[in-house]
Amino acid sequence: MVDKAKLARQFIEAIPHAKALGMTLDEIGEGEAVISLPYAPHIVGDPESGVIHGGAVSAVMDTCCGAAVMSHPSAPGGTATIDLRIDYMRAATPGQKIVTRATCYHITRSVAFVRATACDEDTDRPVATAAGSFTVETW
Amino acid sequence: MAQHEDMQEIKKRRDAVLSALVDGVPYHRFLGIGFDRRGDELTGVLNFEQKLIGNPFLPAIHGGVTAAFLEVTSIITLSWNYLWQDMEAGAIDLGALEAGTLPRLPKTIDFTVDYLRSGRPRDAYARAEVIRSGRRYASVRVEAWQDHRDKLFAQATGHFLMPPPVTEAKAGKPG
Repeated sequence: MVDKAKLARQFIEAIPHAKALGMTLDEIGEGEAVISLPYAPHIVGDPESGVIHGGAVSAVMDTCCGAAVMSHPSAPGGTATIDLRIDYMRAATPGQKIVTRATCYHITRSVAFVRATACDEDTDRPVATAAGSFTVETW
Repeated sequence: MAQHEDMQEIKKRRDAVLSALVDGVPYHRFLGIGFDRRGDELTGVLNFEQKLIGNPFLPAIHGGVTAAFLEVTSIITLSWNYLWQDMEAGAIDLGALEAGTLPRLPKTIDFTVDYLRSGRPRDAYARAEVIRSGRRYASVRVEAWQDHRDKLFAQATGHFLMPPPVTEAKAGKPG
């Protein structure tokens, strides 16, 4: 039996862009993943306030959703994004890391459906939410 | 002769505004995003680098990078259209802009990306079309391609919250 969690972790850690953004895989398993994005000056989108760019939130959301798909017990292997919608609720607080949690809530032989939430330290008020569909691929 | 000089001045002003909008944002520089300008038409350019890779086995550009590139192209195009009149009228303080004071930019409300094929490890281009820009909200469609203009690798639509008009913002801000 393949250790899905280990496989997913290795996969995430081998992603150059995830590395460039300093993403870390905090939790993984059974169609759930938690990935965080540390605050850094190079991801700032508004230099005046120091608020990070929405695009960086998209990148961590997309990675986290993909990880959730790969960790699902019914997923045979890799995945690619078909579509991803992100709703931006508020600006992330400068200096704080973003923690994203994704759930693969349904999976068929060809498509996986995922929801995700991104929070900073104020976990009661999400920064963004996402919903997407992903391909289900065999290695 | 005088007309020729005017044209140079206009070009200089447009390029200064565009450069402030694009190069003034750290995240744009991190991703290696620039813009080509022909008159008022903008094309976003994503200069490929290894750090943009999301799948090292294919290899392919990270879906988040594609989303970010489309979102940046949308915001810059929207801001550019919104600033155009003031820019052409010479109502934008170029000195302040070059010193790093950016005008207030639209904020993303939601953004939906369609991934049509994987992004290859090479430069990508994007063009956004403002479908509607009202006083408070705007709707934008954007498409991205690599080698062939008609072979899109991603497209997106998004909604944006517009900043208050420049004159209104000035009147509302003391000093």
